[in-house]
Amino acid sequence: MRLYRLLLRFYPASFRHEYGEEMVRLFEERRRHASAVERVQLWIEAIGDAASAAPRVHVDILRQDLRYTVRALTRTPGFAVAAIIVMALGIGATTAVFSIADRVLLRPLPYSDPERLVRVWENAPGYPQMEPSPANYRDWTQMTGSFEQLEAHTVYAVNMLHSQPERVAGIALTWQLLPMLGVQPALGRLFTADEGRLGGPDAVILSDRLWRRSFNADPSVIGQSVRLDDTACTIVGVMPPDFYFPDRETDLWAPLTMGPGWFVDRDNAALRVVGRLKPGVTLDGARAEMNNVMAALEKAYPKENAQTRATVRLLGDQVSWQSRLLIRILTGASICLLLIACTNLASLLLTRFAARRRELTVRAALGAGRERLTRQLLTESLTLSVAGGAAGVVFAFFATPLLARLVPTTLPVPDATALDLRVLLFAAAVTIATGVAFGVLPAWRISRAAQSVSLREHARGDVGGRERLRSALVAAQITASILLLISAGLLMRALGNVQSIDPGFDARGVLTLRTALPTDRYSTTAARGQFYERVLHEIRALPGVKAAAYASFTPMIMRGGIWAVEMPGLTPNDSDPHSVSLRFLTSGYFDALGIPLKRGRDLSDSDTFDSPFVAVVSESFAKRYWPKGDAIGQRFTVSFFERTIVGIAGDVHVRGLESLSEPQVYVPYRQIRDGWMPFYTPKDLLIRTTGDPLALAPSVRRIVRNVDPELPVSDVQTMEDVVTRETAPRRTQTAVLGLFAVMAILLAGIGLHGLLSFGVSQRRQEIGVRLALGAPRSSVLRMVLREGAVLAAIGGIAGLCLSYAAGRTFESLLAGVRPADPVTYSIAIAVALLMTLSGSLIPALRALRVDPVKALRAE
Amino acid sequence: MTFHILLALSDGERHGYAIIQDVAARTDGAVKISAGTLYRSVQRMQEQGLIEESRRRPAPDEDDERRRYYALTEFGTAVARAEARRLTQLVKLARASGFATGKA
Repeated sequence: MRLYRLLLRFYPASFRHEYGEEMVRLFEERRRHASAVERVQLWIEAIGDAASAAPRVHVDILRQDLRYTVRALTRTPGFAVAAIIVMALGIGATTAVFSIADRVLLRPLPYSDPERLVRVWENAPGYPQMEPSPANYRDWTQMTGSFEQLEAHTVYAVNMLHSQPERVAGIALTWQLLPMLGVQPALGRLFTADEGRLGGPDAVILSDRLWRRSFNADPSVIGQSVRLDDTACTIVGVMPPDFYFPDRETDLWAPLTMGPGWFVDRDNAALRVVGRLKPGVTLDGARAEMNNVMAALEKAYPKENAQTRATVRLLGDQVSWQSRLLIRILTGASICLLLIACTNLASLLLTRFAARRRELTVRAALGAGRERLTRQLLTESLTLSVAGGAAGVVFAFFATPLLARLVPTTLPVPDATALDLRVLLFAAAVTIATGVAFGVLPAWRISRAAQSVSLREHARGDVGGRERLRSALVAAQITASILLLISAGLLMRALGNVQSIDPGFDARGVLTLRTALPTDRYSTTAARGQFYERVLHEIRALPGVKAAAYASFTPMIMRGGIWAVEMPGLTPNDSDPHSVSLRFLTSGYFDALGIPLKRGRDLSDSDTFDSPFVAVVSESFAKRYWPKGDAIGQRFTVSFFERTIVGIAGDVHVRGLESLSEPQVYVPYRQIRDGWMPFYTPKDLLIRTTGDPLALAPSVRRIVRNVDPELPVSDVQTMEDVVTRETAPRRTQTAVLGLFAVMAILLAGIGLHGLLSFGVSQRRQEIGVRLALGAPRSSVLRMVLREGAVLAAIGGIAGLCLSYAAGRTFESLLAGVRPADPVTYSIAIAVALLMTLSGSLIPALRALRVDPVKALRAE
Repeated sequence: MTFHILLALSDGERHGYAIIQDVAARTDGAVKISAGTLYRSVQRMQEQGLIEESRRRPAPDEDDERRRYYALTEFGTAVARAEARRLTQLVKLARASGFATGKA
């Protein structure tokens, strides 16, 4: 019989309570009349019965609860809509942020066995991530045993001549790199060993994006030839649409073949190295081995490999700390918002149930009803949260693209994050968790109340308890909203700080674009000079153009181009490798970018290879080496020649607004031997105009086409956009955080209002008595306001402490704003006060309007 | 199922086991109601107001405290009649079309 009772456990408790004994009795009776064989039959029947009838009974109850819920919610549509919106915001925000965080921080890279894929860098004092030279790389492949494969790639940006000239960003990679990633092309094949050999056939693989954009997604491109930098290459494959390597910008892959010339100079930091660890080899193991190898290489080549060691990091571990922190803060904020939404709803539900307290307590006291009540409450909260979750997913669907800027372009993942199954599962989990979370609290309350059966008409014992709980919930909401408010405020102030950083140039009215000259047709300085002069001459003649120049790199677009300087008595040391940010220029660069020339003169077109070698340096460079004297006329060596300083320019944030930049050195583009330092060949055009810079672009394209019809014009943008992009992730994050904070403070205000209103309505009689006994109305007002103030103070102080702690954790992101920034805190406190006041005002006024006579008559 | 239970209760109140036995007897064993199905139906029919728990009990010596007796409500009786009428109507139609034997 005990066994049968066990079977009954599958039925809902209320049903069991009602009919369990009957069923046991029935079973007993039938068993009594049964033979041995029939008893076995009876048991089989009973088990089958429980399996089929019990779920149906559950469904019956669920259906009934749902019907009841829908009825209850449609009776109070205002509450239902508010609750669903609150939930939709909470779940939607969390889901949208999760979809970004998942892509950037959690999801493994889309390659096979990504946890064994690593990047290997060199590091030296001051330079945590350096690219190794081909010679060092070749030694690594021979001296290490930790790696199954150790492959390399290097930048391979080319001018592609297909339907029209086009600049394409690609990489050249050792031919076994793509197989190492475990990827397959969508069309054609990967590279062969023959194509990877020096002097082998020229092959190229296209990205899906490039194939669609420039080849009309024509499947017959496989085997066709395309001209890349004046070389005919055969298209052997097209990669699938979701394949990215090493970053999102790469549209082309070619085999990397290194001739003997590559291995001559061990300082030729040219390669990026990716490897696959052997199974069982740990990251630390690989690090230790790489450091030993580098120590050996330092011994063998003490000059080039001085103090150089190696860094081995997971390939997936390449998101900058800033991106991580930005996204972590957002994740925290969205969880905060979700918590506020949950507590808000829990507290709303508590109020609703408070109104039905007597009915519920009576039902709960009947024992069997308690389980039914809990089910009923959970059905109600889950219905709300599922409706909210569904709306939230729609919300997230539209909100996620707005967050896409937070996905760094260096990640090999799509930025247009689709809401995929993973994210939807997450949303579902959040929905259910929140439904249970804000439903369980009231349910638990009710059943507790039922235990201390309080059936007396005016039992208030549990009301006090419930109000304490609700007060705690409201205080928690205030805490969380202050936390959000201050975090958003701090980051907003930080954004202001960053935006007010002077980049060192005047971005307004400047157009920048790139025309990369192919190395064979423009192999000589003379040939390039002709091109620059013709183009610049015609551009300067355009209406509105004030200045124009060619330079190696535009600041903030190309952050590298670092070169070491030498001068008598100067030896490189640990703390100071004497690096500068080097640019080759035509004349007019400082005018075009609006960089102030503090002293001396600009580089001019008469600074040729036959005239004295000169340089313009930045102020920081001059101060660094000639802190007291005059730098003009001083001499130093950079890019193979000794040069005389003829001018001093203002400092520029070449590496970006928030990064420390090396001092800058500028030299005339003619003062280098043909074929030397091709990386520094001027290719970025900068034009200052009085009008709209982008309106100038068509004329510039036409001029370039006239001078060289095969030359692509790419990367057309305004300098203002370049500078704005510096703060784009920050602005996105701050905007989202600000929005969260506003919603949080509104929700907290609503929560406070709800609590106080409820308190006033519950204490009408008490207030009535007080007034009848002659208490002044102001005392009643004070009573209500005091309650609000106490809650705000408790929640607020907790919020301030938490905010400070939070601010400390992201201090590195605050761009000089202190975590205890008084301005932010004052504003936050003011806003919190305003919220408290407006939340308490209506309930307070309602308390004032209590008519003692009516209130007492109701008694 | 509902109709079977209504029929079983047509003679007066019965407890659960009696309902099962009655239904089985009426249908010559063709319809066997399991305990779970019975009480699920009972719960639903109680909620719908078709049956109610009977307060009248048989003689004390036959009674068992744990037993609950169920009886038709007025509404239940009305529903049973209506259903019977509907079925009769259907059978008439079936006979008229020649699908069923008997008097048309």
